[in-house]
This record gives sequence, C-alpha cells and structure tokens, in this order.
Amino acid sequence: MTLTDTIQLSFKTVMSYRIRSLLIIIAMALGVAAVVVLTALGDGARLYVVNQFSSIGTNLLVVMPGRAETSGAFPGAVLGQTPRDLTLKDAQLLGRLPQVKRYAPLNVGEAELSAANRLRQVTVLGSNAELIPIRHMKLAQGSFLTQGSAHSAQIVLGAKLAHEFFPRNNAIGQRVRLGENRFLVSGVLTPQGESMGYNTDEIVIIPVEHAQSLFNTTSLFRILVEAKSHNAIESAKKAMLETLKQSHDGEEDTTVITQDAILETFDRILHALTLAVAGIAAISLIVAGILVMNVMLVAVNQRTSEIGLLKAIGARSADIRHLFFAEALWLSLTGAVIGFLLGQVGSLVLRLAYPQLPAWAPVWASLSGILVALITGILASMLPANRAARLDAVQALGKK
Amino acid sequence: MIHLTGITRIFHMGDQTIRALDNVDLSIQNGEYVSIMGPSGSGKSTLLNVIGLLDRPDSGQYQLDGKMVTDLSEPEQARIRREKVGFVFQSFHLVPRLTAAENIELPLILGDVAPKARKSRVDEALHAFDLYDRAQHRPSELSGGQRQRVAIARATIMQPTAILADEPTGNLDHQIGAEVMGLLENLHESGTTLLVVTHDRELGNRAHRQLIMRDGKILTDKNI
Repeated sequence: MTLTDTIQLSFKTVMSYRIRSLLIIIAMALGVAAVVVLTALGDGARLYVVNQFSSIGTNLLVVMPGRAETSGAFPGAVLGQTPRDLTLKDAQLLGRLPQVKRYAPLNVGEAELSAANRLRQVTVLGSNAELIPIRHMKLAQGSFLTQGSAHSAQIVLGAKLAHEFFPRNNAIGQRVRLGENRFLVSGVLTPQGESMGYNTDEIVIIPVEHAQSLFNTTSLFRILVEAKSHNAIESAKKAMLETLKQSHDGEEDTTVITQDAILETFDRILHALTLAVAGIAAISLIVAGILVMNVMLVAVNQRTSEIGLLKAIGARSADIRHLFFAEALWLSLTGAVIGFLLGQVGSLVLRLAYPQLPAWAPVWASLSGILVALITGILASMLPANRAARLDAVQALGKK
Repeated sequence: MIHLTGITRIFHMGDQTIRALDNVDLSIQNGEYVSIMGPSGSGKSTLLNVIGLLDRPDSGQYQLDGKMVTDLSEPEQARIRREKVGFVFQSFHLVPRLTAAENIELPLILGDVAPKARKSRVDEALHAFDLYDRAQHRPSELSGGQRQRVAIARATIMQPTAILADEPTGNLDHQIGAEVMGLLENLHESGTTLLVVTHDRELGNRAHRQLIMRDGKILTDKNI
C-alpha cells in the first residue's frame, strides 16, 4: 500500500466519524492553544519587565551606602558604628575613573512646590546635569545646569507639573518656590509616564547642592554611574568599590549593583516561570494523547471484522498498522495546527487588551507545543495500531 | 494447483482440544469447481481458510501452484492472498464507510496499482456485475444481492486463480442466491478455480466435485 493511499484512506475514516474526530481534535487543539497563549503571556511579562528595566538607563551602576551582607549583621554594627555616608566627594572620585562615562549624585525627598498661587507636594530629585542623559530622560524645553550656570538655582519640572502650574504660559523663566527657596524654571521634561515605580511627569529636578541644603543633609541617597561600555561594567564596579574603600578609610561599606545583574536575574526568573507555565499546559497535551489512545483502542474494537476483511483481501499487518497510525496522526496534526492558530488568535487578543504587554508566544514554545502534540499522538497510536495489526484474521472476520 | 498433505489444525477451547482439520490430504486442479459440505464444526471453513492462507496449519504441507507456501512470511502470504485468491463471505464483509466502487477498489489499493489503472478496472467490474448505477452508494443503501455482487467484484478484481466462497448465499433468499451462484459459476467457466463451502445440498450438487467433511476429515470425495 502506498503512502498516498494510506493517507487518503485514513483521511476518509477520520471524516466518516465526524463527531468523534471533532472531539479529539478539539482536545488536542485546546492543549496546544494553552501552551501557546500561556507562554505568550509569560514571555510577554518577561519582556515587559526587561523593557521597563532597560528604559532606566544603559550600562548603569548604582552605588548605595551600606554593605549588603549575605550572612550575619553589618560588621560595624557590633562596634556601634553606622556605615559612612556617601558624599559628593565620593561621587566626584568615581567620576574620575577611566571606566566611567558619566555620573550623577542623587538625593531624593519631598517638598512643597508653589508658584502662581498654586501649591502642591512634589518629589524632588537633587542631582547634576548628567542625571537626565543617564536616566534616559529628555527635556522638552530649556536646559538644566549648562556650563556657566553650574550651581545656580535652576529647576526642571516634570511635564504634568509644568502644565498644572503654568497652563497658559511658557514655564521656562518662571520663578517658583520649593520649600523656602526660590528657583528659576530652566527646563521641562518630556512626558514619560510611569517608569520603575515613580512617575517622572510629577517630579522636579534641582542641583544636588540645593537639594542637600533643602533637606538639611550632607550625604547622598545614591550615586548613578554610567560605564563607558557594556564590557567596562565589571571592571568599573571593581574600581568603584576600591575607590570608595580608600575614601572610607579602608572600610567596605558601600554596595554597587549593576543594572545588568538585576536585569539578568529578572530575565532568568521570568523565563523559568514561562517554562513552568508551558510545562503545566503540556500536561493537557498528554491528557489529549491518552484520549487519542482510548479512542483508537475503541476504533480497533469497532472495526475488528473490517481488519479481518482487509487481511483476507491481502493487506499486510504493516498496512493495517500504518492505517491506524495515519488516522491518529491526522487527528493529532489537525488538532495541533488548529490549536496553534487558536493560540495565535488568543495572543493577539491579549496584545489588543493589554497593549503594553508584548504577548508573543516564543517560537520554541509554539514548535514544542506542536511537537509534543504530535509525539503524544504517535505514542498513543502505537499500542492500538499494533493491536490491530496483530489480530488473527479468521477470528477478526468472525466478529460482528 | 492446490496440494495439501497431512494438514492438521488444532484449536484449544478451554481444556478441550478440537481437531478442526485432522491430517487432511487434498489436491485440487486449476479450474475445478469443488463444493465442500458437512455439518457445523466439521472443519469446512477452516479448510477454506487454510487454502486461502488466512489460517496457518499446525502441521502439514501446502503447495500452491507448485510452490511451498506454509512457511512463507506474513507479508509474502498477504501477497498471495492479494494476487491468487479471492474470498466471498456469507456476511459480505463490505467496509460500511466506503462506497461500492471504493470497496471494489480496495484490493487494487493494497496491491499498489496506480490510481488511473484502478479507475478503469473498477469501472469494468461495475459494468460486469451490473453495479454501475450503484457505484456511489454505501453498503447500507444496497440490497443483499447487490452487496454480494460488490463482494464478488472485489474478490475478482485482482484476477485471482481461485475464488473461495464461504456460504456465499447464506444470507440471501433463494432466487437471489441462485443469481449469485450463477455469477460465481460464470467465473468458473472462464477458468477460475471455484471452491464453495455450503450447507445447501442442492447448491453442493451443482459443483463438479463434492467433498463431505466430518470431524476434521474428508469423509467422501466424489466427482459428480
């Protein structure tokens, strides 16, 4: 019996048991669709987080005061010491390192912003001019601490604040009051929306010295550093820790985290999550496979006398085996293809419903979903097909 | 030519052993018309199945057209069934999902005949057995006589040397049965060996040679 004939004859069989075939195909399709949609969801979540994280900067290193110990207490705590603060001097020292492209000291606090008879609480970032490029922020208008005005009382307003305080006039050049101090609006940020927890449309940026006097502190909250290149990140981290250790009298009391490391961790965790979800969805495929086996076993029983007849008119055992095998393959393959299409439609619906979520099923997931469906279908049909092939012709013919 | 020597076929039913064929010797020349008669359980169907290579004897030797076929492998035996013998059964054994034409085509498909050649041979057979206007009907839409005609068309489509008919008229009324026998006898007249297993004495007497079986043995073997 030729391959074409086997395929055609088994297709006729599939088509003549319509309801039975439809039910199995649906079961297979739902399994594959579940794999596709769930991995699209998982991978979408992963990409969303990665994108969010990448948007805060490039080759970014963050210096924090205090030492993150993996075990035990901070060593100084026993001696009654607190970690030394990060200072502007530390930040300047880091800025001189050859691996460092630019740096931005950072103070964060809350203060009252008032202008034109309006007043509201805002988040204040104190930094230098480099903060804006390091954090991938953009100025819609004006400038911030350009050369020649390095320490003047300039302020940059978030897009929403500029609109709230100066709905009609241009905000640039206006005078505002932040706490007790007066500032001159030198720039307005482009609207960016939510990013990593706070809304850059509702912040103000002032020079770090002014922030320190406003919040009455000499220490820094963070130092943001951008390495010269991706390859320089590790050596920059080492050099920075060494510099800070020297500056802090030999005490390692600062922590440097790299954006890369955090990104990688998130990426790994969310990838593992996607895999786990795909695995759970694959269970439904195995259940569908068992369904195929059950249905094919019933089919062998139903068609026993037909199998006997085929043998009587000259079918080899192999022909019978191939026919049942091809029938199961038809069911699995059709189910897998429909499931794949269903999954793609499901992912599309997800993307339309949540535009910020890039819910595309990864290629490996779609392929392995289809492949697992086919393999379970093939495995499940082996037992029934062999049973049919081994039937005794005379006994099979005698059965009604 | 069919040549059996010392053919024994034993069935086990619980702790009972039944000798369905007990040391049977038999020679049938090509082109003979043989009826096999005897009570139920006498071994007539088993004899037919052994001759048709559907059943393997437990001992003995079987030569078909001078070739030893007892020890052939399963695919080789399938090939002989396909090319040299055609079975006709009491209960027709048509595939219910397939049309009359598709049922007749089945042996050609199994024999790897090319689709174009298949079509013309099936058309010929449909004409020969007066089934042309029934070609696209399924077995459930056919009468008993039509079904058996489809079965005979299927049995002869590969132009076998022998037709093995097991109670071919058992499910048909007298007149239709006679028509079906007429068709089979036409085949015999064109040179095909015809073996008919039957209960019906009248049918059995139409053959040129009559075997009567009892308890797995050939009791009488006479030419009429």
